Formats: sequence, C-alpha cells, structure tokens
Amino acid sequence: MKVIEVSNLRKRYRDHLAVDDVSFTVEEGEIFGVLGPNGAGKTTTVECVAGLRTPDSGTVKVLGGLSGTELKERLGVQLQSSAMPAKIKVWEALDLYASFYRTPADQGALMERVGLAGKRDTPYGKLSGGQQQRLSIALALIGGPRVAILDELTTGLDPQARRDTWELIEQVRADGVTIVLVTHFMEEAERLCDRLAVIDSGRVVAVDSPSGLISRAGGQQRVRFRPSGTFDDAVLGALPEVTGVRRDGGQVEVTGTGDLLLAVTAAVAAAGAVPADLRVEQATLDDAFLALTGKKISA
Amino acid sequence: MNKMILTEAKLFLREPGGPIFAILLPLALLLGLGSIPGFQTADPALGGQRVIDTQLPGMMVLLSVVTMALTALPGTLVAYRESGVLRRMSTTPVRPVRLLVAQVVNNVAVAVVATVLLIGLGNLVLGVAVPRSLLAFAGVFLLGSASMFGLGLLIAAVAPSAKAAPGIGSLLMFPLLFMAGMWVPREFLPDLAQRIGDFLPMAPFAQALRDTWAGHAPQPLHLAVMAATVLVTGVLSARLFRWE
Repeated sequence: MKVIEVSNLRKRYRDHLAVDDVSFTVEEGEIFGVLGPNGAGKTTTVECVAGLRTPDSGTVKVLGGLSGTELKERLGVQLQSSAMPAKIKVWEALDLYASFYRTPADQGALMERVGLAGKRDTPYGKLSGGQQQRLSIALALIGGPRVAILDELTTGLDPQARRDTWELIEQVRADGVTIVLVTHFMEEAERLCDRLAVIDSGRVVAVDSPSGLISRAGGQQRVRFRPSGTFDDAVLGALPEVTGVRRDGGQVEVTGTGDLLLAVTAAVAAAGAVPADLRVEQATLDDAFLALTGKKISA
Repeated sequence: MNKMILTEAKLFLREPGGPIFAILLPLALLLGLGSIPGFQTADPALGGQRVIDTQLPGMMVLLSVVTMALTALPGTLVAYRESGVLRRMSTTPVRPVRLLVAQVVNNVAVAVVATVLLIGLGNLVLGVAVPRSLLAFAGVFLLGSASMFGLGLLIAAVAPSAKAAPGIGSLLMFPLLFMAGMWVPREFLPDLAQRIGDFLPMAPFAQALRDTWAGHAPQPLHLAVMAATVLVTGVLSARLFRWE
C-alpha cells in the first residue's frame, strides 16, 4: 500500500525554485530516504508532505488523502532545529505533547523505547545532543503515528550517538511505522533506507534502493594487491570480469565488475604468484551520487 | 489547554528572574518612596491628593504590567520562535496560537499578583486606601492590561531576534512611561504633553487606574484609547506574527 504519493510538486520561494517537479511514492512499512546536499529542497519537500507548506503546484496524498488535523493526528514529524524550552523536563514534554493527540502512545513505554527512562526528570537543556534528538523522536511518535518524517536526525551527533539513533529508527520501523528519513549522510542512507529519492537542485535525480543506485553508477569494484612473484598482466586482462589493470610501483590495481575478487585471485594463483595485502573497494553511495549528480555531497 | 498553561507556569517559575523583578521592584519602590515624608503630605498641585494616594501606587501597578507585557512576554515568545518551539508545535494537531494564549495568561497572572500585593501591602504598611471602586478598577486593569499585552504581542510579531525583543520593548516603554507620569506626575507635565499622552497607549491606562483608585469614573476618552489599542495591536499582531 502506498502511504505517501507525491506528484509533480513545485514550490518557489521569492527568488529561487526550491522544489521543481518532484514525484515519488512511499510504501507502507518502509524506511524511505530523501537524500541530497544542503539546500537541495529536501526539507521543503517533506514540509509540503507534512502539510506545513502549501505547494505552488502538484499534489501530495498522505494515507489516502488526509489533511489538516486528521493528517497531523496520523503523521509524526521531527523537524530540523526545533528545540524545546531548556527547563522542561523529559516527562513534562511528553505529557504535554501527549495531550495534543486523541489517542496518544504510552509515555512510559516510549521513554523506554528511546532510552530516556532514566532521564525522566532531566530538563531538556541538560540532555546531551543525542538525548535531545531521542526526545525529539519520541515527541514525533507520541501521537502514535502511522508515518513519521524525520529530518536531519543525526546531524551534529557523535558517531556512537548516531549509531544508537539508527538502531532506534530500525526498531520504530519494526513496530510498523513507515519512516521518511531526510538526510545528507551517505552512510546513514545506505545503512537504513530501503529506498531512496536522490534530490539535487529541487529535482529527483533517481529513486531506487541503495544497492540499485550503486549498481546504476556502474557498480565498479577495485581490487588492489602486491604480488609475490611476477606474472603477465595479460592473465588478468583476459578475464571477462576485468575492465582495467594498472601497476603502480609494486602494487597492482584491477577494476571490474561481478565476482572480481574470486576471478583475480584464482588467475594470479594459476600464474604462480600470491596476492599479498589484498584489498577490495566497492563502489559506495558516494560514487553513485557523484555519478548521478556530477557533485560530491558535502558532509 | 489547561495542561499547556500549567506547563508554561512551571517553566515560568523555574526561571523566576522576570516575575520576581516585575513583582519586587514596584513593591520596593512603593514602600521605599512611599515612606518619604514629602510624599505623605497633601499636594495642592495633585488636587489635594498625597503622592501615595494614587500617583505612586497607580504607577507601580502600571510598571508591573508593562514589565511583563513589553519585555517578559516578547522575550519568551521570540525565543520560542527562534528555537523552533512554535514550529514543532505546528506539526501537531494543536495550533501554536494556544502557546501564545498560555503565555499571556501566565504573564497577566504575575501582574495580578503584583497588583494585589501593591494594594494589600500599600494599605497595611503605608495606609494607602484600597481602590474605592474596586470593580471599576478591576475593569480598567483588565482593559489596560489587554492593551499592553497587545502591544507586547506586536513587539513579539516584529522583533527580529530574541535578543532584540526586550530591547525594543524597553525602547517603547520608557517614553510611554514618561508620558504616563512615571517620573513626573502627569499634572506637572505641560498641557501639550498631557494632551498628546491622552492619545498614546500608556497614559490613559495610568490615568484611569488613578481615577478609579480615587473613586472617580475613568474618562471615556481614556477607555476608548485603550480599547482602540487592544483592537489595533490585536489585528496587527495576528497579521504580522511569524511562527518560524
């Protein structure tokens, strides 16, 4: 079932076109990523989905076409840079936000879920960045939503807090909440998302799974090693998996596709040498992004 | 709505600097200045009143109201806008305007507490008469407070940053307080200044407080100016207020 359908969305701010003909759909139960560099129009897009901005043209259909209060009852949103008053305690914030919804989630269970049960009486201002983000997620989930939009969730968090947050998101999805994740972190998108919309300059460049995007970018792999003994490069060049062989000092670099590693090691062994210091480099989402947009994303 | 008011009240009491200032400063001024002998003798220029009869307590009530309305309220609201508190609330089924209402209720409550203390302690310590027509006084207090808080909301609507908001409030507050007779009783101001003051938002409030304190009816012009201020600031702030 499609929970979000966006078609031909367009939104102009005074001097620039923030969102230019964006279309995508989000299926129930998936983690859908909206990936792009800063200023690509990601936030504007999800703000239109959340009903916080009115698009200039195009349509947004959430959960079969809910709008207004009905939409906000079923859609949890965690926006970028929205703080809470410094002196509000964790339980008070949850209690207050729970009172905004008709059928709120259980506060105690939610506090456990986001790992803040021990911080119940801690004021917002005294929480760490990661804990503040966890509270933020909890506030987006307190209404018991079917869909949650999480915008730039892990920006500014240290690597450990970031991994903890990722784990939390996977658990939330396991609870049956569809998640739209806005991010400019490749690693985050690759790790969490079932599918991704790559957005650049207000346009959708591609929608695919992370591995689909990577293979679209050519799916090139690179195998590097230092051979013990000599052999003819032609041995490698003749392999169907190999697209290129290069020697750099004592090091051999082979590029290609498919089962490249197996083919190369077997051929080198057959030629009577042993590949030492063997390393494989897969193409990453970064490479895919570069191939799709011609830009490097700035982290 | 009750939960929101309660939560905001708790937050308010955890940062008690503003409220304490708005309650203690006018109270200290009333009791301190009020014990100066010169202020306790009848003055023909004040129509035979003593300074401590209506001038001083009326001004102190005004001071507590405008402190909350023009500096405390805009400061908090603009900080809420800046830090995204209002934005986050706009993602929920509840409209963020409720937060504004909760804030106004709490700020007015502080001004009410201050006023009750000013009347009570003024009476007990200095023997200042309790406002003669208490009902009319309360009516004027509410109307005047509405006009001041309307002004405060307007400041919150247009202030560019949380740092700037209280500054803009003070900038507006001091000339208006002067015209209202804070430092020099209005009776001593030139006629023209008095006349101009009649049409500015604060002096009518001050004068109406003093009038009802003494048991006189407030001037219709003053009531009209206060009501107009409520209307204009209300409409303007509703139009200009930015939630993010």
